Amino acid sequence: MIAFVGRRALQSIVVLAIVSFISFLIFQYIGDPVLTMAGQFATQAEQAQIREALGLDRPFYVQYAEFVGNALRGNLGVSYVARVPALGLILERLPASIELAVAAELLAVGLGVSLGSLAAAYPRSAFSKATLTGSLLGVSVPTFIVGIALILVFAVGLGWLPPFGRGEVVPVFGSWRTGFVTASGLQHLILPALTLGMFQLALLFRLTRGGVIEALQTDYVRTARAKGLGPVRVIVKHALRNVLIPVVTMIGLQFGQLIGFSLVTETIFQWPGAGNLLLQSIFESDFPVVASYIIIVALLVVGLNLLVDIAYAFLDPRIRYG
Amino acid sequence: MAEARGDIVATGAASGILARRPSARARLLRHFLARPLAVAAAAFLVILIIGAAGAPLIAPQNPYNLQALNLADSLLPPAWMAGGKMPYLLGTDVQGRDIFSTILFGSQTSLIVGTGVVLIAGSLGGFIGLVAGYFGGWIDTVTMRIADSLLSFSTTLIALLLLGIIKNGSVGLVILAIVVSGWVQYARTMRGSVLAVKEEDYVLAARAIGGGALRLILKHVLPNAVAPLLVIAAVDFGVAVMLEATLSFLGFGVPVTQPSLGMMISQGKDFIYAGMWWLIAFPAGVLMGIVFSLNILADWLRDEINPRLQRR
Repeated sequence: MIAFVGRRALQSIVVLAIVSFISFLIFQYIGDPVLTMAGQFATQAEQAQIREALGLDRPFYVQYAEFVGNALRGNLGVSYVARVPALGLILERLPASIELAVAAELLAVGLGVSLGSLAAAYPRSAFSKATLTGSLLGVSVPTFIVGIALILVFAVGLGWLPPFGRGEVVPVFGSWRTGFVTASGLQHLILPALTLGMFQLALLFRLTRGGVIEALQTDYVRTARAKGLGPVRVIVKHALRNVLIPVVTMIGLQFGQLIGFSLVTETIFQWPGAGNLLLQSIFESDFPVVASYIIIVALLVVGLNLLVDIAYAFLDPRIRYG
Repeated sequence: MAEARGDIVATGAASGILARRPSARARLLRHFLARPLAVAAAAFLVILIIGAAGAPLIAPQNPYNLQALNLADSLLPPAWMAGGKMPYLLGTDVQGRDIFSTILFGSQTSLIVGTGVVLIAGSLGGFIGLVAGYFGGWIDTVTMRIADSLLSFSTTLIALLLLGIIKNGSVGLVILAIVVSGWVQYARTMRGSVLAVKEEDYVLAARAIGGGALRLILKHVLPNAVAPLLVIAAVDFGVAVMLEATLSFLGFGVPVTQPSLGMMISQGKDFIYAGMWWLIAFPAGVLMGIVFSLNILADWLRDEINPRLQRR
């Protein structure tokens, strides 16, 4: 058990080391900070002076060691554009992104699992067939088209919901401001959350439907039925329970993809999150912010995967010794 | 992202789909014709391929020849609506480009990117999966760890960062940026099916009579392990088309001088509040049509390869 977790943790550290090296390369070599700071018309001597002042004339492994050392202390450089610490810029934007992701995930899991079970309970019904085709359509529509279509229908056409922004937010603690508790905040959340969650919703629907149909044909379900349980109890207490493990796996696996889709969603809805900041920073060649974003995302993804692995080891003895 | 749809285990039946036996082919055709959705999907793709390949002949206008554009004809609605006129069947955009023609040329880009990604990622991933699955050991450990790590990051994010840092994108670069993490799906599937096939009696028998590794792989393992890759390829083609459109929509994909469905939608987005829906609806419809059709065909193919998984 300890060996398994240790091995996994070691792998996570290797991944993080590689990611940090890549961000270091981006940070140090791609956007030339000397040109950015000295301006295009600086003389050779002025450039050399800045290079020396920034420590860019030292061997690269020394610079990398320093980069890692600084990163571990939470110092990931200063944004070329905003002239403030890059990490702070991202952390400031992170709550908005996390709230959007959580709302999307709740929508996807809630609707996906319940609709999937319903479709599995009546596999030959028109509802089941229509939703199955609908879910295939759901995984076929790119996120940006979902977002634009929702804006077109619910904001421009019907005028029910706001098309962009985050609405009214209230401070919770520190720099965390939430949109979960105000009416305006919740209204602004609906369309982006639906956009971001659509793909996973379709995926979870298909997974649940398939899994429950399979489970309904097993002996233990037949036994449950034989002892007189109603269809709702059979599905919720017996069939669904065995589908939850793949569902949890899927949520963990799809987390990285969710971050990718959030870039698109945040752009379309002008959501003030970290993804929006990243795109802006790439356009402006603000590489310290880009490098910091990569490191934060890597920490989140690797950390979550490690947690999922550890959870499995607890749940399933076969993995522990496998 | 195709994780859920991708996990297929090769079975004995898998080889049937590649068999050249007439009976197998007839059965394949019969099953195909019994699924109207699959037939419609195939028909849509065939028409699209013809339209895209013949774009210079079919399109009423070359939308990327600036001399052919007439600013007086900008933002016209589709021809059947008030204010619309021929030859602008589906209307025009802000620069006076014919939407129908731009879609034909844009589909070319989509299909080129899809084909490029499937060919390169498929052969690279297939090769890695074959080697990892057949030989095992440290090659297997290292490649699968890399695959797992790449899989936990978003393909969109990886491609976006690469293209954003390199700047001046091109169709070739877009393909490569998608391939960077696109090979993983093929490698994992191939590895899984090689692991299943290499313990089959006929492979063991071939080894027992002294067949070398290369001969075993090429003559016995590969032909019987490759079928599930076809499903992945169909799904992945659609994913690549979606990714190209997404990257171009965000401004990191193909250059502006290159027609792209994603870029059409991105430019049309600025006019949705003015109610000019045709700028987005037609390119988006074609884009979704491509991906949806491929997913339908992939579903059919999956049921053929592994009837046990059939979900009806």
